[in-house]
Amino acid sequence: MMSNLPILSLTLFIPILGAIVIMCLPANRHKAIKYVAAVSTLFSLLLSLWSMLNYDLTIGGMQFVERIPWIADLGVNYALGVDGISLPLLLLTNLIGFSAVYASWQTAARVKEFFALLLILITGVMGTFVTTDLFIFFLFYEVVVIPIYLLVIMFGSSKRVTKEYAGMKLTIYLLIGSAFLLVGLIALFIKAQGILGFPSMDIATLAQVDYPAGFQIFAYALMVFGFGTLLSMFPFHAWSPDGYAGAPTAVSMIHAGVLKKIGGYGLIRIGLFILPVGAKFIAPVIAVLAIGNVVYAAFICLSQKDLKYIVGYSSVSHMGYVLIGIAALNIISINGAVMMMFAHGVMAALFFAMIGNLYEKSHTRNVSDFGGLAHQMPRLAFGFMLAGLASLGLPGTVNFIGEFTIFVGAFGVYRVISIIAITGIILTAVYILRTLGDILFGPRLEKWDHLQDLKGPEMVPLVVLGSAILIGGILPFTVMDFINSGVGQLLSHIASIQMGGIF
Amino acid sequence: MNYSLLAPEMLIALTGLLLLISGLILAGRGQRLVGIISVVLLVAVLLLVVVRFSESAVFFNGVYQVDTFANFFKALFLIAAVLVMLSAGKYTQRFEQKQSEFYALMVFATLGMMVMAAAGDLITIYIGLELMTVSFYILTAYLLNDEASSEAGLKYLILGAISSAILLFGMSLLFALSGTTVISEIAGQVSRQPALIAGIILMIVGFGFKIAAVPFHMWAPDIYQGAPIPVTTYLAVGSKAAAFAALLRIFMIALPPGQFNWSLVLAILAAITIIVGNLIALNQTNVKRMLAYSSIAQAGYILAGLVAANAYGLKGVLFYAMLYVFCNTGAFAVATAVETDTGSTDRVAFNALGKRSPMLAAIMTVCLLSLAGIPPMAGFAGKFYLFSGAIQAGYLWLAFIGLLMSMISVYYYLLVAKAMYIGESDREDIIDIKLPARFALWVCLLATILIGVYPAPLSNLAQTAIQMFL
Repeated sequence: MMSNLPILSLTLFIPILGAIVIMCLPANRHKAIKYVAAVSTLFSLLLSLWSMLNYDLTIGGMQFVERIPWIADLGVNYALGVDGISLPLLLLTNLIGFSAVYASWQTAARVKEFFALLLILITGVMGTFVTTDLFIFFLFYEVVVIPIYLLVIMFGSSKRVTKEYAGMKLTIYLLIGSAFLLVGLIALFIKAQGILGFPSMDIATLAQVDYPAGFQIFAYALMVFGFGTLLSMFPFHAWSPDGYAGAPTAVSMIHAGVLKKIGGYGLIRIGLFILPVGAKFIAPVIAVLAIGNVVYAAFICLSQKDLKYIVGYSSVSHMGYVLIGIAALNIISINGAVMMMFAHGVMAALFFAMIGNLYEKSHTRNVSDFGGLAHQMPRLAFGFMLAGLASLGLPGTVNFIGEFTIFVGAFGVYRVISIIAITGIILTAVYILRTLGDILFGPRLEKWDHLQDLKGPEMVPLVVLGSAILIGGILPFTVMDFINSGVGQLLSHIASIQMGGIF
Repeated sequence: MNYSLLAPEMLIALTGLLLLISGLILAGRGQRLVGIISVVLLVAVLLLVVVRFSESAVFFNGVYQVDTFANFFKALFLIAAVLVMLSAGKYTQRFEQKQSEFYALMVFATLGMMVMAAAGDLITIYIGLELMTVSFYILTAYLLNDEASSEAGLKYLILGAISSAILLFGMSLLFALSGTTVISEIAGQVSRQPALIAGIILMIVGFGFKIAAVPFHMWAPDIYQGAPIPVTTYLAVGSKAAAFAALLRIFMIALPPGQFNWSLVLAILAAITIIVGNLIALNQTNVKRMLAYSSIAQAGYILAGLVAANAYGLKGVLFYAMLYVFCNTGAFAVATAVETDTGSTDRVAFNALGKRSPMLAAIMTVCLLSLAGIPPMAGFAGKFYLFSGAIQAGYLWLAFIGLLMSMISVYYYLLVAKAMYIGESDREDIIDIKLPARFALWVCLLATILIGVYPAPLSNLAQTAIQMFL
């Protein structure tokens, strides 16, 4: 019975429906608004879990496909479908979206605007992962930018930089990146139309076309610019720490957790899939820039005092691993890159949820203000420890699987770069353990005795994201089987197009 | 010849005269009726145009043409006029005893635009143009006791007259070389020679004034800021679209791009217009003036479609002109409401609009984002067509400039959003909006989102309208 329902459309539009309901509710009914947000994200979460359980791994490829002709003269279809690469990211979006609603449970001012924008944001992010049409992809890609801006300026916090500055910086960086991306996409579309003889925006159709090598390099370079900015690739990463610091907790969670991953997803699903020759040519550049991410950002992390900046820069640093995975261009490294995106997503979201909770109660994020919090807030300390240990790639957490796979895949291709990048793991251990030690352990500070530990709705992010970290770490095949099937089919498609001459 | 196809123009002319007379009869409080009458009649004509959209005929040996291209633009002007009149609402009280003439002049300006879109002959285009501009000279200076408005009117008169003269000079050169003023006959009669190039350049300059392309844009900001807001709105959406309609017909039919290589000139013009318009708009603190500069930039985007001169580009011109009506009118309508309420259009006047009137703030945000080309608003689909056309025609650099600058434009549009959502204001009262204005605002909002999410119907209409150029 359920197979006849448009599962993906439902997953996608239930949050929008929730947003519309919220807009119609009176502004002072805070409880009702929050419940609507929670229920609609829960629905999407359950539906994405359902589609993961019902995805047929033996067949692979795009499943739960929906297709409605949309704009004939541009060859645009409202086309949805998920494969092994997009499913884990769809699940990730909904895990974080659901947790983000609970992480913002204490919002008291302008509740209506907050949750309506948050739900629109979640839909936008999901849309990029479930569509198989380039136009629709870009539509969702840009939809997310404006709700984020409004959320940051309305609900953000001004510490080192003002929230207005942070919001605008983030928005302009991402939009300028997207301008380059859009030029690349339109050029791709026009080029394919010239070769095919008919307009098409279908990603799979575009991937069938044999583009000239020069064009591939040009178009892929534009995509690296656009997607790289979103993925906070060095040197286009400056928006990320400021943006996270200024943003409210839920936005930091979604932004660091999934939104960034659209960049990596786009590079694989669109860049690599459609333009393999370009990808091959530019891969070494990406690998070198990735060192900038991993090492440079890690060193900056060492000198940060604000918790959000530490996690912000560490997320820039960890995106370097993803970039190396993508640059190494083999099935193991790309498996690792996708796994790392999932792993970093749940970890960063949990981290930001914990920081947000602590900041809400203590009104400070300075590491030096804290000490011995494990005495007063054991559950929060557990959340911090779990996120921190995942961040440094402790075996048993899902992050270990991601990092390990990336380096296994990349080592044969970029030996020196891999060795330099692996030092990033050590640096991560240094700054994470030092920070956790400073804020959680040591003698009990009396000034924090009034802080309440996590309870009720505040526990939801910890439970949901924490279990994802552990399940993914102990039973990695629950996620890795999907990724492997998706990446494998993608690469074998490229190989069949290129007659084995490239890879 | 089926003269009934000229009914829209005739009815509009009659409407204008009727409004002038009714202004005499319905003196005093009856003036409010004039607005209602004009809206009802314009809607009736709009329906007539829509119903007979695909019927076409050529009148007087090609001097006047009723075709889908003309009908598309006629519908556009009528929609714009109706929306402007609806949203003007309370603002017209500032015109005191002269309300009926305001509506009459708006109707005459509409007639001029309709003639421009349907004219198949240079002289007829010029007559339509003059009918439109002369109406606007008066409308711009309509706030008699307001210095800015009078100054705007005078400036527009002088600069408009000069640009009309330049345009006419260009047309006369074209006539001298071809021996005909009928557009469809010119192409076969002329060849590339210096005098023709001079004629083309003079016409580009003349139309450049009308669409406010840089470097012929100097008049626009002062006049947009000084004129009464409803007039500014109509000037920005209507007269610009009319100039584009005439420009398309002349340049695509009389001077086909394959034969006369004008696209590079226009491409440079478009690029400068986009860059300068956006950069100056960045540091404007008055929303009306900011919208004036942004509308200069918008003209540059539309020009990129004409540069491309292929199916996507030309379709983009029509598509964009239509969506521009909705989002620009929406933005100006909010500005009208704010000016009526606070007496100012400075950005600070928009402070706390998100609290005072969530609907106005939401509509302003949506309309501005559409102007910036952020999906899922209509502006994105429009720019996608325009710049797909440009890239297909080999103008990759123009697409680069256009898309990059439109992302930069998000900055100044978001400053307005910022003022509305986190600006502080000592006023907390809700802004009162009359029902007609509310209706117009909703139309703008829904059209902007619907066209953006599902552009196919409008793009199909645009496709049929540009078929004759391909």
